[in-house]
Amino acid sequence: MTRTFISRRVLIAAFAGLALMGAPAHAADKVVDKIHFLIPGGAGGGWDGTARGTGEALTKSGLVGSASYENMSGGGGGKAIGFLIENAKSNHGTLMVNSTPIVIRSLVGRFPHNFRDLTMIAGTIGDYAAFVVRKDSPLKSFKDLVAAFKENPRKVAVGGGSVPGGMDHIVIAQAMQAAGEDPTKVKYIPYDAGGKAMASLLSGEISALSTGFSEAVAMAKAGEVRIIGVTSADRIDAAPDAPTLKEQGYDAEFVNWRGFFAAPGLPADEAETYRNAIAKMYDTPEWEAVRARNGWVNIHNPGDKFTSFLEKQEGVIKDLMKKLGFL
Amino acid sequence: MLDGIMMGLTTALSFQNLAMVVAGCLLGTFIGMLPGLGPMSIIAIMIPVAIKIGDPSAALILLAGVYYGAIFGGSTSSILINAPGVAGTVASSFDGYPMARQGKAGKALTVAAVSSFAGGTVGAILLMGFAPALSSVALLFHSAEYFALMVVGLSAIAAFAGTGKVVKALMMTVIGLILATVGESALFNAPRFTMGLSDLQSGFSFITLAMALFALPEALYLVLDPARGPAGGTDGEIKDLRITKEEAKQIAPVIARQSIQGFLIGVMPGAGATIASFLGYAVERNIAKGAEQAEFGKGSIKGLAAPETANNAACTGSFVPLLTLGIPGSGTTAILLGALIALNVSPGPRLMIDNPSIFWAVIISMYVGNLVLLILNLPLIPYIAKLLMIPRNYLIPFILFFTMVGAYIGQNNATELLILVGLGVFATILRFADYPLAPLLIGFILGGMLEDNFARAVNLTDGLEFMVQRPMTLGLLVLGVVLIFLPAYRRRRAKALQKGVAQGD
Repeated sequence: MTRTFISRRVLIAAFAGLALMGAPAHAADKVVDKIHFLIPGGAGGGWDGTARGTGEALTKSGLVGSASYENMSGGGGGKAIGFLIENAKSNHGTLMVNSTPIVIRSLVGRFPHNFRDLTMIAGTIGDYAAFVVRKDSPLKSFKDLVAAFKENPRKVAVGGGSVPGGMDHIVIAQAMQAAGEDPTKVKYIPYDAGGKAMASLLSGEISALSTGFSEAVAMAKAGEVRIIGVTSADRIDAAPDAPTLKEQGYDAEFVNWRGFFAAPGLPADEAETYRNAIAKMYDTPEWEAVRARNGWVNIHNPGDKFTSFLEKQEGVIKDLMKKLGFL
Repeated sequence: MLDGIMMGLTTALSFQNLAMVVAGCLLGTFIGMLPGLGPMSIIAIMIPVAIKIGDPSAALILLAGVYYGAIFGGSTSSILINAPGVAGTVASSFDGYPMARQGKAGKALTVAAVSSFAGGTVGAILLMGFAPALSSVALLFHSAEYFALMVVGLSAIAAFAGTGKVVKALMMTVIGLILATVGESALFNAPRFTMGLSDLQSGFSFITLAMALFALPEALYLVLDPARGPAGGTDGEIKDLRITKEEAKQIAPVIARQSIQGFLIGVMPGAGATIASFLGYAVERNIAKGAEQAEFGKGSIKGLAAPETANNAACTGSFVPLLTLGIPGSGTTAILLGALIALNVSPGPRLMIDNPSIFWAVIISMYVGNLVLLILNLPLIPYIAKLLMIPRNYLIPFILFFTMVGAYIGQNNATELLILVGLGVFATILRFADYPLAPLLIGFILGGMLEDNFARAVNLTDGLEFMVQRPMTLGLLVLGVVLIFLPAYRRRRAKALQKGVAQGD
């Protein structure tokens, strides 16, 4: 059965992509004639929103002449990766969007390939992770959550919108490990959509929710939940009251990145041209409009920086997943 | 509240917003009629338009109109060609399609339109009066209760277990449950039963399965068994467009019950229109007496009115958690929520205080929208029903075309077509062997939610004691068991009575 894994953070991301293409205002010099975006999931998902939003900013600002989009779902994204690798020669004009799950799913062997098989263009945006509790919860900080966990880990159910061993689970496991606790003891309850996870937090089924920061901010604004920990290095402007894990003494950072890949064997100069276009995009008002509308955080990692960033993330996740017994 | 209603009236009845309602409803109904395009995809397509509008009330009125318009129109393909394009209208085909085959397509469409209108309107009244109070109802259910609710939903299969088909119906249900386990579930980080095929990693898609089980075998059956005659009845006339007084009397209590029941189920974030329609069907079948009950599944107007009322009422009910808590209960309301956030409106307990005009305008627009839908649809019914008078050699390719497009469009994945044909052949064979296919689809739709909620509940309580821990769970489970065994008990009792055994009471 196909479930729609739709969480609020994915949806927020989705809208930019659907925005109508205006006539390109030639504010910036054209860097690339056209880009074909390959989206490994269906219309309306997070990948779709990222690709279409980026395409919108690139074309509207005039950096790219025109953009086309192709949704290729199947195998949780694996089909599109396989397609790009098998048809590499005829896809020099294609950029594929992807995000943290490519690392996770390659690790567990769900994909026969991993990010090293592709040409790394750039990581463009990201979202930190956050933990939220009910407003009337006795847990006031992440310290309280850790204390409750110490007392009886079976009584502290932490929910999330991904499968066990998925992103939301890894983040809470990572945080508990940073607190010196056993990450395998975390009672993680998975939900198939962010909305259902949120409902179960409010109904008291779970004690805390592991989720994306942008989603947590939207909930906190509605006044029903409190953010007790963010996985960024410093507090974020969008929610200055939300404490980071770091300042509470837990050394755990996590970024759910989104970025673009090209076919293997793409000539270095062509790859550099794409990186160039994306680098210039950050200064355009068109990008700022798309970014703000979606609540994305700019996290720009071009080329080799992207590779080392992913390798570092892969290492952290690999260790954790081994401990959790998924590898 | 009166202030709010007045405010909502002035906002909703402005020229711009009226135009939005009409545009949204029109678009929703027409696209909803096409199998494969559910409200979710239409709303996703409409988002940029809504953002361009800029005014959050107008945008939400437009999108809500598209949403209930699509549910309204979704029943058309279920009734006419047995191709439910949305999970919420699967139950409408159980009796709607047999009615169409008996030449009563026009009447079936009218019953569907009237029930939808009633369900939507009662839903809007309940939403207006009790939305804030109902926000706590939306949080009543834990995973344990959702599990129990799915068990109650499964009792709908009892409707197909009549006349010596009990074993067949149970077999089909089990196959449906098995199919639901294919792919990655939300609970296990491992693909199951994919036979190494990456295309099965995300499991079977609902639309593909619905097309393969319902529309495709029906079309093939007509080709393979020419004796069955044209789909629209032998004389090609559209008979009985109107609902007679007796029929109105029959369906009035059904509509009354189902609009409230459907609404309450819609309020639950983990349930929604599909569960509401199955439960509505199951409950009404169990309440019906004697001959009326026997007619369920063979073209009963009660059997059509129940799910049609319930799914529209549930669709309105799903706005309760969305507007009062900011929680989307379904994929569609999740997209609506995203649109609102993009327009700088945060739905939640503060919406009624911070943006009362949006809150009330949307609710008022729902009354208007339902009225618009009824006015739009009733005069169109004779023309839509005439679709079935298209000669069979043109109609069948047309059905096959929409079946294929419907299966492909949601996923953009050509493998869906192979799955469609494979399952379609399998389903056609089952159909010739006289196996009921509806239980398979019910098992498939409910199976995933049944398993997820069961596993979550076990995980949360570290055991099976959740079944007796909360009285609501236990109550629902008992109800489910009663609903499953009641028909068999009644039959036995009726038989015993016929034999002349003294009546117990």
